[in-house]
Amino acid sequence: MEPIVGLITGILWGYIFQRARILRFEKHIGLLTLTDLTVLKFLLSGVVVGTLGINLLATLGLAPYHLKPTFVAANFVGGVIYGLGWAILGYCPGTAPGAVGEGSLDGLFAVLGGLCGAAAFAHTYPFWKQTLYGIGGYGKVSFPQLLHLPPLLLAVLFAGLLLAFIFFLEKMGW
Amino acid sequence: MRNGWSPYLGGALTGLLLVLSVLVTYQLFGHPRYLGTSTAYVRVAGLVEKALSPESVATNAYYAKEGVGIDWKVMLVLGVPLGALIAALRNREFRLRWVPERWAERFGSSPVLRAVGAFVGGFLIIYGARLAGGCPSGHGLSGMSQLAASGFIVVAGFFVGGIPLALLIYGRRR
Repeated sequence: MEPIVGLITGILWGYIFQRARILRFEKHIGLLTLTDLTVLKFLLSGVVVGTLGINLLATLGLAPYHLKPTFVAANFVGGVIYGLGWAILGYCPGTAPGAVGEGSLDGLFAVLGGLCGAAAFAHTYPFWKQTLYGIGGYGKVSFPQLLHLPPLLLAVLFAGLLLAFIFFLEKMGW
Repeated sequence: MRNGWSPYLGGALTGLLLVLSVLVTYQLFGHPRYLGTSTAYVRVAGLVEKALSPESVATNAYYAKEGVGIDWKVMLVLGVPLGALIAALRNREFRLRWVPERWAERFGSSPVLRAVGAFVGGFLIIYGARLAGGCPSGHGLSGMSQLAASGFIVVAGFFVGGIPLALLIYGRRR
């Protein structure tokens, strides 16, 4: 039953991706060259709705958080390596298979490369565990915990900040 | 490209999909499933590697930690191209192509060169995402929506790596 729910969720997600036009190579390179912010706008409004909804669910006790641990060095270096690949590829791990659904067959090679990257990481994991993961490991922490503030309050503030940024982007005609 | 949705609408619907996914999976299955795609690459890579060399998977700490096989996350990623295909067919936007236009302007229309680029880019995004602990959906959408500290560090890394390289490769023009 659970895999079927996953499949249906993925189908809905892929449908949204295609209609919002974020499966395009040009949209991703447009973001990274700061000329087309479609992908950023998509992420910003996703986080506005997501942060209000998730923190509401958690506050009401309807569903718990599932925080990813903070390892400052590994988080940042991994993010940078990701960014270098993103600039060459023009898709991300979800939109590469999504692009194939639209007919962009180069996405197949991205998925193949991704599978090899995953296997390579699995075999180099012990090295990173002994090196980068030892720097700045703070565990599963969130800003409400760090700042000792109610999550819902911080979610509202954060969503407001993102909305202000969105209005700024639109006002500047970006 | 015609009559696509606003990226804000697409993003808001994705935020809603995240919230519903967390609520439904927690209520039905007892654990919340947050949207994320890069773990699926590890589970499938492990499955492929297991077929070739069962021992190297059995003794690998990372495969043991992340799990190997077909689950909710793998089905989610398989659903994405299906949803994109349905949307593209419905809107007559399905078009087979090997090389994105902007890539062709920069590197020429060779499908082989693009396949190599997509493979290398795909390798780096998954390798980097696994080192960081997640991708733009896991750390960006799901992580920032939970106000997780790790999400903000990783997303900063994405742009620190991606923007300079993209500007170097493609230049700053519309």
